[in-house]
Amino acid sequence: MTWEEMRPLLEQGTVDTLYMVLWATVVTIVAGLPLGVLLVLTDKGGLLQNRPLNKVVGAIVNIGRSLPFIILLIALIPFTTFVVGTFIGPTAMIVPLAIGAIPFFARLVETAIREVDHGLVEAVQSMGGGIPTIVRKVLLPQALPSLVAAVTTTVIVLIGYSAMAGAVGGEGLGSKAVTYGYQRFDTTFMLVTVVVLVAIVTIVQLLGDGAVRLLARRGRTA
Amino acid sequence: MITTSGLTKVYESRGRQVTALDGVDLHVREGEVFGVIGQSGAGKSSLIRCVNLLERPTSGTVTVDGTDLTALAGKGRRAGKDLRRARSSIGMVFQHFNLLSSRTVKDNIELPLEILGVSGAERSRRALELLDLVGLADKAKSYPGQLSGGQKQRVGIARALAGEPKVLLSDEATSALDPETTRSILQLLRDLNRQLGLTVLLITHEMDVVKTICDSAALMQKGRIVESGTVAELLATPGSQLAAELFPVSGHATADDRTVVDVTFHGEAATQPVVSQLARTYNIDISILGAAMDTVGGKQIGRMRIELPGRYEENVVPIGFLRERGLQVEPVEDPRDGTAAAVPAQQHVLAKESAK
Repeated sequence: MTWEEMRPLLEQGTVDTLYMVLWATVVTIVAGLPLGVLLVLTDKGGLLQNRPLNKVVGAIVNIGRSLPFIILLIALIPFTTFVVGTFIGPTAMIVPLAIGAIPFFARLVETAIREVDHGLVEAVQSMGGGIPTIVRKVLLPQALPSLVAAVTTTVIVLIGYSAMAGAVGGEGLGSKAVTYGYQRFDTTFMLVTVVVLVAIVTIVQLLGDGAVRLLARRGRTA
Repeated sequence: MITTSGLTKVYESRGRQVTALDGVDLHVREGEVFGVIGQSGAGKSSLIRCVNLLERPTSGTVTVDGTDLTALAGKGRRAGKDLRRARSSIGMVFQHFNLLSSRTVKDNIELPLEILGVSGAERSRRALELLDLVGLADKAKSYPGQLSGGQKQRVGIARALAGEPKVLLSDEATSALDPETTRSILQLLRDLNRQLGLTVLLITHEMDVVKTICDSAALMQKGRIVESGTVAELLATPGSQLAAELFPVSGHATADDRTVVDVTFHGEAATQPVVSQLARTYNIDISILGAAMDTVGGKQIGRMRIELPGRYEENVVPIGFLRERGLQVEPVEDPRDGTAAAVPAQQHVLAKESAK
């Protein structure tokens, strides 16, 4: 393949990959953040201690995390078809991508929030703050740098997942690499795809690290 | 202002029960600075955290400013609306400050006001006013990470005062600070107590804190209050451990035929120059072996250990003279021969303890 032939394929693939990853990230944050907070609050000694609920949510998260993504992808085909109407194409892929990433992100959120000094929670309690106040004004803002780092890691995991989704009717760079690089034995195209993926991951990581540094610098040193 | 009765707290861990508070009855009067002192593990922390119900007492009641908080708390683990409202009128400062590092100094002080639902402009005005009050007007835009320990505690105090509380709880507020900063923070608490009529309940393991600012004090051991009262009352109690720690005197007789007595000054009687009166009236030489005195409101309080010539039997009249003046006189046993009446040895009940 010449560069002129490769370019439109790479462009389309990149757009599709970014589209899938972006929306899957949004869904993952919306669902995973409350789940992570819930895991902390309902845990033993937590503000909303509820062992049965904690165990159930924890078990679901663990099952979600231990399933290999490729299996999840296939297992979710009926569900994806139910939600989107089809299981093929980038929009349909958002469903398994998000479901695969939510448990992963929820655990990262849980870890980030556990790091917050309990003294701060007590201080807000002593001011008469309730649980919603504690979550909104203490836990989330204080954990923000770690949460941003968690989002970065999740986005990168989703880029990896999205390439896998290419094998099961998705679109994006992964699908292009499989179709043109693997099935047509075009090693050059395969390598170029890999370079583009590496570039995307690097940019995401740099942006994420930069944001974390900016947030962490605030309040620590002058 | 703050009354606890029969306050008991039992912790359970792995089937073992630990009694942190064992029937604590405490009474803090309005407008006073009350210090609870004790070693770590004595239950001080549990006590102060039970006052605003951060810790639920196992039994007993807590009343603050006429409101029975234990009744408001209900049965559940979560703090209900009524308890949260009551808490917002009790300020609290912490050993490790507990400021939000993600917020500026000003925003930290605004936090309790946000919880109370005060409007933005009003919050800002109050926060700046409070910063001025604690002497940090120029630090509004700084982050806690940029401040020294003493400055952080000033912010902690400003934040505790934002809700205009009548009561301030101080949980080892100076224990993480160096001696000089400790003094300046205590001075600030004292000023606030006087200016705003704030009632302060503080816990500490440092006797100096009690000495510097407390009107009243209580000594805690193994979950119980073993002594409690105003500083003058404690002084007037023979054998009081707290008085001995607050006003330590030492020294013993320089020769066999000497009488050593501890004279305690408190109340109205302490306004007269009794020692020189005694010397002139009986024409005797008096040596002062040791003294721990403070002048509070023009009155002297404290203790003095003096030596009179002659044996105890020969000094009945001069000692009677001192007692007539309203002073408390206790003979001190001479360690060498044990002539005088036995007095409980002044033990150092509070071993020096490093900041946690």
